[in-house]
Amino acid sequence: MSERRVISVIVSNEHGVLTRITGLFAARGYNIETLTVAPIPDSKYSRLTIVTSGSPRVIEQIIKQLHKLIPVYKVIEHEELIEKEMVLAKIPLGERLADVEALCKAYNGSIVNVGKDGIIVMVADEPKRVKNFVHALSTFAPKEIIRGGVVAIER
Amino acid sequence: MQQMTGARMVVEAMKRENVEVVFGYPGGAIMNVYDEIYKHRYFQHILTRHEQAAVHAADGYARATGKVGVAFVTSGPGFTNAVTGLATAYMDSIPIVVISGQVPMSMIGTDAFQEIDAVGISRPCTKHNFLVKDVKELPFILKEAFYLAKSGRPGPVHVDIPKDVTAQIGEFDYPQEMRLETYKPTYKGNMRQIKKAVEAIAKAKKPVFYLGGGIVRSGAYELVREFVSFTQIPAVETLMARGVLRYDDPMLLGMVGMHGTYAANMAMSEADLLIALGPRFDDRVTGKLSEFAKYAEIIHVDIDPSSIGKLVHVDYPIVGDLKNVLKEMIPLAKEKVDSARYENWREILKRYQELHPLSYEDSGEVLKPEWVIQRVGEKLKGRARISTDVGQHQMWTAQFYPFTRPEEFITSGGLGTMGFGFPAAMGVKRGVPDEIAINFSGDGSILMNIQELITAVEYRLPVINIVLNNHYLGMVRQWQTFFYDKRYAETDLSMQPDFVKVAESFGGIGYRVETKEEFDRALEEAISKNVVAIIDVIVDRYENVLPMVPAGGSLYNMLLEYKD
Repeated sequence: MSERRVISVIVSNEHGVLTRITGLFAARGYNIETLTVAPIPDSKYSRLTIVTSGSPRVIEQIIKQLHKLIPVYKVIEHEELIEKEMVLAKIPLGERLADVEALCKAYNGSIVNVGKDGIIVMVADEPKRVKNFVHALSTFAPKEIIRGGVVAIER
Repeated sequence: MQQMTGARMVVEAMKRENVEVVFGYPGGAIMNVYDEIYKHRYFQHILTRHEQAAVHAADGYARATGKVGVAFVTSGPGFTNAVTGLATAYMDSIPIVVISGQVPMSMIGTDAFQEIDAVGISRPCTKHNFLVKDVKELPFILKEAFYLAKSGRPGPVHVDIPKDVTAQIGEFDYPQEMRLETYKPTYKGNMRQIKKAVEAIAKAKKPVFYLGGGIVRSGAYELVREFVSFTQIPAVETLMARGVLRYDDPMLLGMVGMHGTYAANMAMSEADLLIALGPRFDDRVTGKLSEFAKYAEIIHVDIDPSSIGKLVHVDYPIVGDLKNVLKEMIPLAKEKVDSARYENWREILKRYQELHPLSYEDSGEVLKPEWVIQRVGEKLKGRARISTDVGQHQMWTAQFYPFTRPEEFITSGGLGTMGFGFPAAMGVKRGVPDEIAINFSGDGSILMNIQELITAVEYRLPVINIVLNNHYLGMVRQWQTFFYDKRYAETDLSMQPDFVKVAESFGGIGYRVETKEEFDRALEEAISKNVVAIIDVIVDRYENVLPMVPAGGSLYNMLLEYKD
């Protein structure tokens, strides 16, 4: 029985640390669904947010194995969290702009750029809603859809 | 603060860490360091004839002495040759530091001569590794390497140093103490868990001590002996824990697992409580997991939280150093545990021991490998260190040698590295020169690092290699006999060198023996001559290691005999 989990990992900002984490997942056959990394402001640490899935025993092992890596400072298993994911999409100019805009609004997004041959829209919302948004977007024949990974914060 | 080159820092760091010996092999990228070795002579450098052997020797030294073993190798092929040594030490949690040269920083990533992504390769087979990008980082990294190797769950640490970094000049600011914000091993066990565990022992009817290699690494064997002796709870040992209890301890049921004794495996299968001290529930011990100790609750004490609950559910997890945990546990247990409670259980197990004791059929015509091992035990018990390679001879040694203390048995358990035994025995001999160093090997394994004869001769490390020669890759042959209808694919080693001449040509001494009298004479002479030796013992070709739990089978389903 597989469950989805969001894990945040606080690591020292040093070269090779990302490989240690992804290497651990690869070597032990764990899944990474999404992964985001950025330095934590005013510190020597970075924060990784990993969405993974597995049985409770696998999740427990993932967390213990992450802890075991020397540059890992903290592993946070989220219980009560706010998750957001970002998506960017390019839509041909020929599409109904007003409809596109309405759709973006419905998902707290906006048109961020209008160019010669297309418009670019952006939405940042919960992963489930982003999925719905991407689905709805398909009626506008998007040329490109780029999803970011999940970022999460404890409530 | 003293200014010096990176290369000098390396040798100064060795001095600070009280390193007395380094095993290694020079090459282009690490020449700056070797130049400093030449100038300073802070420690003995032993030039092995292969980098793999250098790391195994450092590993054997660490296993025998409890100190950190050190090896130096060069970049590229020097490093890749060392990888098997790192992986061997990693699987058995042995504290070693391996320093490799690397091409200069400016050439990294250009596929330069003898360049390989060393830290990329060593990452999954080390506790931690470093690529040193600036000489300023070097003193701290060297200190950290030693600290990481020996603290917490020990393990190998690899430091890769580009050639220009060893030439750069910097301040040698060597830290006295090491504190890392991101690495804080748990040494002290949780008191509440310890109390609960003791209560579980007190109310168990069929408890068993399941003793693992962690006891050896922690140096906790005296406490374990005390614990076993006042509780009178029967105990089994893993391969890595051989010698924690004395061979003649009445509570010792023997080795557990694939080639464990009947009584040990049955004890695990019927127990209602396992007191697991520093094992890791390896598949060679547990057999089929769903059937493993299925009536038992489990107490598991380990310094590595990720070992606990990795394979089986644990009811009483205790994270901590065994020494500390046992110091808390034993006084509590003394109050609560009544050894008389387990009398029936001991009776049952005694019957199992009598029903199927460890045995072999001796022969008047051909030497039996088990006899050879027992014979060495009779003569050298307690005053020799016993290394092995990997295969049948390793299992027979684990079964039949009378171990009296931990660190006496030096073997590659986790990785199962053929070719480990001889170089490891050189490291052992270097670490404990006053004891006799025996390496039990096979005719397959011994050839995997035979070049070390010259190292052993040159540095006067008189290892006695006892080759149990059955002209087969015996363990694979045994599996082929049992499970592959005797299709002996590529396991026949009838084609062999003359081991006597091999030994002699390197400056050692060789014997070929086929009878008990010849063996006794050869062993006695090798010991008294105190030189590097190979005793080529021609043994029964078709002897099998028994009992055997077929891979993936349940511990209680043992093959106890094999009749053709």
